[in-house]
Amino acid sequence: MIKIKNLTKKFGEKPVVKDVSVHIQKGKITSFIGPNGAGKSTLLSAVSRLIKHDIGEIFIEDKEIKKWKNNDLSKKIAILRQSNFLNVRLTVRELISFGRFPYSQGRLTEEDWQHVEEAIEFMDLHDLQDSFLDELSGGQRQRAFIAMVIAQDTEYILLDEPLNNLDMKHAVQIMKILRRLVDELGKTVIIVLHDINFASFYSDYIVALKDGKIIKQGPTDEIIDQVNLKEIYDMDIPIRTIDQCKVCVYFA
Amino acid sequence: MKLRYLVIALIVLSIVSLFIGASSIRIFDIFSMTELQTQIFIQSRIPRLISIVIAGASMAIAGLIMQQLTRNKFVSPTTAGTMDSARLGILVSLLIFTSASPMQQALTAFVFALLGTFVFMKILDNIKFKDAIFIPLVGIMFGNIIGSITTFFAYRHDLIQSITAWLQGDFSMIMSGRYELLYLSVPILFIAYFFANKFTIAGMGEEFAINLGLNHKQVVNIGLIIVALVTAVVVLTVGVIPFLGLIIPNIVSIYQGDNLKKNLPHTALLGAVFVLFCDILGRVVIYPYEIPIGLTVGVIGSGVFIYLLLRRRQYA
Repeated sequence: MIKIKNLTKKFGEKPVVKDVSVHIQKGKITSFIGPNGAGKSTLLSAVSRLIKHDIGEIFIEDKEIKKWKNNDLSKKIAILRQSNFLNVRLTVRELISFGRFPYSQGRLTEEDWQHVEEAIEFMDLHDLQDSFLDELSGGQRQRAFIAMVIAQDTEYILLDEPLNNLDMKHAVQIMKILRRLVDELGKTVIIVLHDINFASFYSDYIVALKDGKIIKQGPTDEIIDQVNLKEIYDMDIPIRTIDQCKVCVYFA
Repeated sequence: MKLRYLVIALIVLSIVSLFIGASSIRIFDIFSMTELQTQIFIQSRIPRLISIVIAGASMAIAGLIMQQLTRNKFVSPTTAGTMDSARLGILVSLLIFTSASPMQQALTAFVFALLGTFVFMKILDNIKFKDAIFIPLVGIMFGNIIGSITTFFAYRHDLIQSITAWLQGDFSMIMSGRYELLYLSVPILFIAYFFANKFTIAGMGEEFAINLGLNHKQVVNIGLIIVALVTAVVVLTVGVIPFLGLIIPNIVSIYQGDNLKKNLPHTALLGAVFVLFCDILGRVVIYPYEIPIGLTVGVIGSGVFIYLLLRRRQYA
């Protein structure tokens, strides 16, 4: 379990995350939602030790994040950020094999390759495995990066806006994959999402942030509610139920 | 391109290189050489060949590592101030120790090359505008500033002539007893190979590296130390060879991708083959005189560089 206690992170003088406490449950998809600048990505970066927090504690399996060895932590938690390393020409297979770095330091064993094969299989990347990343479409590339994270074989998988720049078909495809990661492989997934409907359809638990603070958290069904959404987004968002799923109609 | 072809090219060009020169030694003389011929062969031809191969391979690899670590295809020892800093180091060693041994010179050149490269990396960190072309331009400006400092002090101390000797790469002065320092870069290149995967990961960005449990800063520092050492040694023995670290890794990247471990042998071989070819060309064009390697590589290299720039625009 990941426990965040009274976490504060400042950039310069300005606090971006203020006194945040949250428990992340194992084997679930937890979505961080909220308006721009709410501190979602900062929180995710702190949990994945990409940035150091100022005040408070983050416990990963009852051990404070600063006490973890970097290499051990990279077998426990994986983070995928929206980055622009597109100028690096690697093949899909090479990229995925880097996911085994924490275990093999670059000299992959038989077992490591086994994991790579499984990741390729799981993400259905057989036909693309020898293509260069810069030759792929956005959705294919995202799948390749997720495959790398699967090969990394961590319990926790953190993703920062994984649906950015994806069309509907590929966005749905990625969300279904994340669901499968939880349901079939027993992973714990934490995502920062912008589209409230993807959060509503696919997550088990929602943490809503605003101005660096958590203003709502709970099971998806409780959070997706017109009063709550008004408070989070300052918008009147009607909610319709279609096939037992709540759809937020925020367009008008 | 297969590794095999590069090896064949290297062997063929090596043989050609051994038998070209002002005093003629033909290939079938090899078993019946006169004393003079043997002496030329051992004192001059073989050292020249070895130094070309090592220098070519080293500079190409230094460029490859720099490009990977800065995540910019146009950064290399020539476009990041590394070479100019090494030259300043040589000048300083000449000023401080009146008769500096090659080892002292190498060490000073290395320290300066390393410092210069670190300063460039610091500048890089503080640049907001990370355009692929802009960064090497900053590096070239930075290198020229250091170059002008070097020239200023060289002028004040009547060392202009010695220091220009290191400006223009030249293999014609290579003789046994004057190039052995180059051997230093051979073990360094093996160390580079050992770190290849880490350099590739570091090249994917700091966050990517942290995620995989890699100490990003440490790996970058190791890379820069390798680059500075290799550059210092090459500048000291051969002189500045421009563009080499820039174009060779780019050509390899086009047909091979950016997996460092896979690329290192190709880059080393292509670097050696390219310098060997340019050297032979320089020795043939105005035979029996010769054109220094810095010039031939500069002319051919800048042509290739322009092509790479234009190609990039096409694909951008």
